[in-house]
Amino acid sequence: MTRKQILFVVLGIAALIAAPLGQGNYIIYTMTSWLLFSIAAMGLNLTLGYAGQISLAQAGFMGVGAYVTALMTLAGVPWILAALSSIGSAFVVGLLLGYPALRVQHHFLAFVTLAFNTLLFLVLRNEEEITGGSFGLMGMERPTVFGISTDGNLNFYYFALVCFLVAAGIMWWILRSPWGRAFKALRENPIRAESLGLKVRRQTLLAFAIGSAFAGLAGALQSPLVQFIEPSSFALNHSLKILLMVVVGGAGFFFGPMLGAAVVILLPEILRFTEGYYLIIYALLVIVLMVYSPNGLIGAGQKIWSKFKPKHEARRDLEKGFQL
Amino acid sequence: MSAPILSVRNISKRFGGIRAVNDVSFDVHKGEILGLIGPNGSGKSTLFNCILGQLKPTEGHCELNGVSTDGVRPAELSLMGVGRTFQQLSVFPKMTVLDNVILAGQEHEGSMLSRLFGESDAGLTRKAEQLIEFFRLTPYRDTEAGSLSYGQQKLVDAAMAFMAGPGIVLLDEPAGGVNLTMLAHLKERLQTYNREHGVTFVVIEHNMEFVMSLCTRIIVLAQGEIIAEGSPEEIRANQMVIDAYLGG
Repeated sequence: MTRKQILFVVLGIAALIAAPLGQGNYIIYTMTSWLLFSIAAMGLNLTLGYAGQISLAQAGFMGVGAYVTALMTLAGVPWILAALSSIGSAFVVGLLLGYPALRVQHHFLAFVTLAFNTLLFLVLRNEEEITGGSFGLMGMERPTVFGISTDGNLNFYYFALVCFLVAAGIMWWILRSPWGRAFKALRENPIRAESLGLKVRRQTLLAFAIGSAFAGLAGALQSPLVQFIEPSSFALNHSLKILLMVVVGGAGFFFGPMLGAAVVILLPEILRFTEGYYLIIYALLVIVLMVYSPNGLIGAGQKIWSKFKPKHEARRDLEKGFQL
Repeated sequence: MSAPILSVRNISKRFGGIRAVNDVSFDVHKGEILGLIGPNGSGKSTLFNCILGQLKPTEGHCELNGVSTDGVRPAELSLMGVGRTFQQLSVFPKMTVLDNVILAGQEHEGSMLSRLFGESDAGLTRKAEQLIEFFRLTPYRDTEAGSLSYGQQKLVDAAMAFMAGPGIVLLDEPAGGVNLTMLAHLKERLQTYNREHGVTFVVIEHNMEFVMSLCTRIIVLAQGEIIAEGSPEEIRANQMVIDAYLGG
């Protein structure tokens, strides 16, 4: 990391710490939601943006995490153990789904994951004895960390912020490791990657399962945040929403999903003053963005920046007296 | 002569009723530069893909250092010491030249877990820089590979093929679309690498001048079969080869 990047990250964290101060409960709740969805979108960004595998089941994996945490904490298990189980469960379900599903690619894979999300929704709704069915589960307590209760919205925001920063740190570690390089290679040219010794199937499966595990963590946080979960919170439309976050922010950029989650969660709130028109305006803005910049907001930012940035000479090779 | 590093035994490949490769056998010995030439549609690329595990031959098999490569996936072939380049550009365009070359070696280093918890470059930066320097690409070390010229990308591709220290490298039309200055540079680098590291090359190429001046032995394919084999001088004088190329 360069000094400029470190400064940027420190300022960003400081802004996240300061942002909820003096705000009302609803805004703090919305910001906490943004943190959770950023974690889920970060996971999908690994699967889609870095490894190039489309998934329409991210909300389903969030559901796995949320229900595991809810059931365990309701049974008296501490949140941290429940959360670790949620992450593990989502990872294992990701592996189990990915193993057969990743035999197909692109839109076929999208349909397989879509089917999984729908199936999971039906299981959550119909297995009433375990999941509470359409009535859902409620009354999950918020955790106490090092003797500090996170019952209050502000405390829970900071708790979610710590989880978010840990998740972002882990993601950064993965992406800067040889695994990250391998994931990018899968997206750019899987045939070439395989010829260099990369076991494409195994690495793709890992990207899928790790991405799912991030959704598991997001679900583990959603359970105590809302203190009520029900199947429709993890239905297909939410998977599409997380996909939108990744695409709007910029798939394949580290900060893309965070920015995208901010837009997808906060923009409708900002546009509420337009009343019935807000969805139309919101949809139009997204369409315009996708037409102008398929690489999302970060891609658009880079495009604009490159117009002002001084350009390097085009043929440095000629300088070396070497015409290539 | 030493035992062959690569043996191709009675390889045939049919696509429906079309016989793309028909009963081809040859050996490749350590340290040689073997050229595989033939007119369009002669089966060179199909044969290459059969050798490299991208296609399953209808009949026959290959042996690498005496071990059959039947059913071996391209990734495993790489781990067995086979490097390759592709006919089409096959660098990773959004990654820097350095990352491209490191990627080419990282799967050969350590275990899966050590690649997650170990150094971010898998300890390969120095070796990658040496190869980048070898191909005179140092000014572009941190440039995205996709923004380089066609010829420079061919050099990156070659550097990637050498990164894991392979015993044999199969080059699929390395001269295709490359200008003359660049071609001379590429040829000189390949010959140097062959001389200094004893790496064996099998080269598919259309550019006769390039093949004749680079290779120590040449096999000519026409309509899926070997029609001639010998030194560049012998091939140049062979009437069957001239007929195959001129349609006589």
